[in-house]
Amino acid sequence: MIRKKLNIAVTGLNAIDSPGPGVAVIRGLLEAKSFDTNIIGLAYESLEPGIYMHNLVSKTYQVPYPSAGVDNLLSRLEYIHHKEHLDVIIPNFDAELYSYIKIEDDLKAMGINVFLPTMTQLEERQKINLFDFGQKYGIRVPKSKAIFEISEIYDLQKEFEMPVVVKGKFYDAGVASNIDQVKSLYKKISNKWGLPIIIQEFISGTEFNITGLGDGKGNTIAAVPMRKQYITDKGKAWGGISIADQTMLDLTYHFVSSTKWRGGFELELMKDKNNEFNLLEINPRMPAWIYLAVGVGQNIPEALVQMALGDKVTPFTTYSIGKMFIRYAWDMIVDISEFQKISTTGEL
Amino acid sequence: MEKLRYERPIIRRLDSEMPNKFGMRTDYRPTTQIDGVPVKSLIDKFGSPLFVISEKVLRSQYRKARKAFTTRYPKVQFAWSYKTNYISAVCNVFHQEGSWAEVVSGFEFQKALGNGVKGSKIIFNGPDKSEEDLEMAIQHNALIHIDHLEELYTLTELAERHNTKPRVAIRVNMDTGVYPMWDRFGFNYENGQAWDALNKILHSGRLELVGLHCHIGTFMLSAQAYAVAAGKLAELAIGVQRKFNHTIKYIDMGGGFTSRNTLKGAYLPGTDTNPSFDDYAEAITTALLNADFSSEFLPTLVLETGRALVDDAGYILGTVISNKRSSKGKRITIVDIGVNLMFTSFWYDHKVTPAQEFTQYTEDTTLNGPLCMNIDVLRESVSLPLLNKGDNIVVHSVGAYNMTQWMQFITLRPAVVMIDNDGNPHIIREKENLNSVNGQERIPNHLDHFEL
Amino acid sequence: MRIKKSIAISESGFMFNPITGESFTVNPIGFEIIQMINDGLESAQIIETICKKYQIDPQTFDKDLTDFTGMLDNHHLSQHHDQEEA
Ligand SMILES: Cc1ncc(COP(=O)(O)O)c(C=O)c1O
Repeated sequence: MIRKKLNIAVTGLNAIDSPGPGVAVIRGLLEAKSFDTNIIGLAYESLEPGIYMHNLVSKTYQVPYPSAGVDNLLSRLEYIHHKEHLDVIIPNFDAELYSYIKIEDDLKAMGINVFLPTMTQLEERQKINLFDFGQKYGIRVPKSKAIFEISEIYDLQKEFEMPVVVKGKFYDAGVASNIDQVKSLYKKISNKWGLPIIIQEFISGTEFNITGLGDGKGNTIAAVPMRKQYITDKGKAWGGISIADQTMLDLTYHFVSSTKWRGGFELELMKDKNNEFNLLEINPRMPAWIYLAVGVGQNIPEALVQMALGDKVTPFTTYSIGKMFIRYAWDMIVDISEFQKISTTGEL
Repeated sequence: MEKLRYERPIIRRLDSEMPNKFGMRTDYRPTTQIDGVPVKSLIDKFGSPLFVISEKVLRSQYRKARKAFTTRYPKVQFAWSYKTNYISAVCNVFHQEGSWAEVVSGFEFQKALGNGVKGSKIIFNGPDKSEEDLEMAIQHNALIHIDHLEELYTLTELAERHNTKPRVAIRVNMDTGVYPMWDRFGFNYENGQAWDALNKILHSGRLELVGLHCHIGTFMLSAQAYAVAAGKLAELAIGVQRKFNHTIKYIDMGGGFTSRNTLKGAYLPGTDTNPSFDDYAEAITTALLNADFSSEFLPTLVLETGRALVDDAGYILGTVISNKRSSKGKRITIVDIGVNLMFTSFWYDHKVTPAQEFTQYTEDTTLNGPLCMNIDVLRESVSLPLLNKGDNIVVHSVGAYNMTQWMQFITLRPAVVMIDNDGNPHIIREKENLNSVNGQERIPNHLDHFEL
Repeated sequence: MRIKKSIAISESGFMFNPITGESFTVNPIGFEIIQMINDGLESAQIIETICKKYQIDPQTFDKDLTDFTGMLDNHHLSQHHDQEEA
């Protein structure tokens, strides 16, 4: 049987110490059993390493930042599609998902498929909504509260025990162990990111992550739990091991079936001193360590592409336990002429 | 031989953290014309800077909004919010489309009357209505929206004195889950003030309670907040029906819908994220239809939408005065549009486009106005094509509030032109002249003469 | 003034300084000017050539040229006749 050859565009080609998932996703796609792949890179900046990995990426195009608006993104994608006849696009950055969800129908009309969460799913899992999300779906999340005024800080002691985590709406966080520290973090973070500020119960324990794929109807197509073994000072996993925790898997099945999650995801969990899992964050896309899932027998990128194309996918039920991923940095040698080309023409 | 279009030479260092736009389409296209009229010809004819309003966009925005509501709800009435833009030609476009008037001062009230709006179709809002204002409103049978208890007492007194029964509504403020909460105006829902006020009105029997009003904020990014507000007003209306067997005729949801502008600090552009008329309409009408009204008592839905109807129809055209470099090497472009004309540049990152063709080369630019003041910044940082002295720019979505909140400062205020549906420009407000300022001034005799 | 010999410039307006490792891009008119500088043209000649070819008055272009050569200096890409190549 001749396998079909798919043109798949992938973003998130940065592979620095806080890496994007793009390169790992591409490795999964190139190992796919059900199709052959020609990878088109979509990059924002000219130094994203994936641009220069010619064994993985056949051609890269620069695309406008989400802040330029969906009209600009669409017209750039039209141009790329015209040259490359894309079958599927896999966006891998949180910040671009809103735009891609917004243009999903336009892409479909052009013949390009995506497999993304719905706008409601994307919004529900926002940091500021996570507490309500937990309540609604019966998932244990740290207690949290959005505050808009510094005077509200004094009431916190009634509801929270110190220390607490003080978080910005989108980014930035710090741990405060008394009211004065809460106040100073409130000022610092709100100056930068605006209001509200989110006050969250501090939970100490061990970090676990799980990545998976939901079919949008409530079925879990894939799920691989991992324990972080080595964490960088930015909190990123630099090494991890696949584990067989049934509680984590059950929590994931519950998450997928109750939200009818569509697309790839990663759940960040904290196991507290009572051995309970608390959901800290939901990332609405595949994580940078997605290649571990491929390595233990669940090629999530491949399955995601099949789902995007509307093919029937049999859910994965097993994976190898005790497999580790150990990340390493890799210095490529690149001639300046390549940098020149992507910098001046936006294509390489 | 025809000379080529000039573009100034630039050099840029390629840094890893710098977004790199070279070789790519720039983020926008030039705006060489508005509704078919070349920008250059508008400036040649009417001067620079120049406000331009598209009648076509005014009407299409209104019709879009109306359709969003009337397809979902049987009784809908818009009332044009004068403060958003009270140039008479603009108001009259909306009145022709069927809008009533919503005013917040005696001055605006008279302006609406002057435009030919019947007093019974004027909604009179706001916390500052003088006794004379109220008498005028009573005399014209206007809809008076009571803001506070003092006003309620004054109005009751006037009703007695004139032996009439003025038509009133109360303004209600409430928690809709949105920050900041506009709790300075009207009577609060949660603490029972609103219910108390309604009881006072209905027990006194001096005023004819016809409506309930709220205005929960402006540029509301959440349509859901309106569902909460509509639900609470419906609750009050049903309470009144039960207790007094009195029917509230209309529920007025105020204004507050967004235009296509992008708020400062937002990551994604407003065109991508701001709710549409359909989103707001869905939230409001669902809440009203799901409330416990029997269909014969379903109140009329009144909307005082301002910004969302007029903002995107307004442009300001300007001219580049000079290009400079800041002490730190940043490009500064100075144009003849000051913040005194574009009050909204404090809130928005307004979209700015050149009015002539340009290449893909851009520079990160600070766009300054001509006022001799540090705060005169139209855009702190915008990636702009290379503009030459004398080139024109178009600033988009400036139709709301700028032509009412503008300040005369240093120079005189420019003309406002409306382009009609057939592409003919009409002056709708003349450029000011020396007499616009001096005519209001009086010089005491002893200051009449001096020698230098 | 001239551009340092070590600086490589390509037709597409890409410049590379092999000593500092920095890269730059210039727009087409910037590229033209750099070539004229390298051909030894003085400011007055550059102004004359450009104003003949493009719709621009000498005063404005003079200002833009000064700004541009200032940026070349700023980025250490140019060298003046009395200087040794650094
Ligand atoms: C009572 C009232 N109604 C309507 C409006 C118009 O609001 P917008 O321009 O946000 O639609 C305002 C504006 O402040 C208002 O105060």
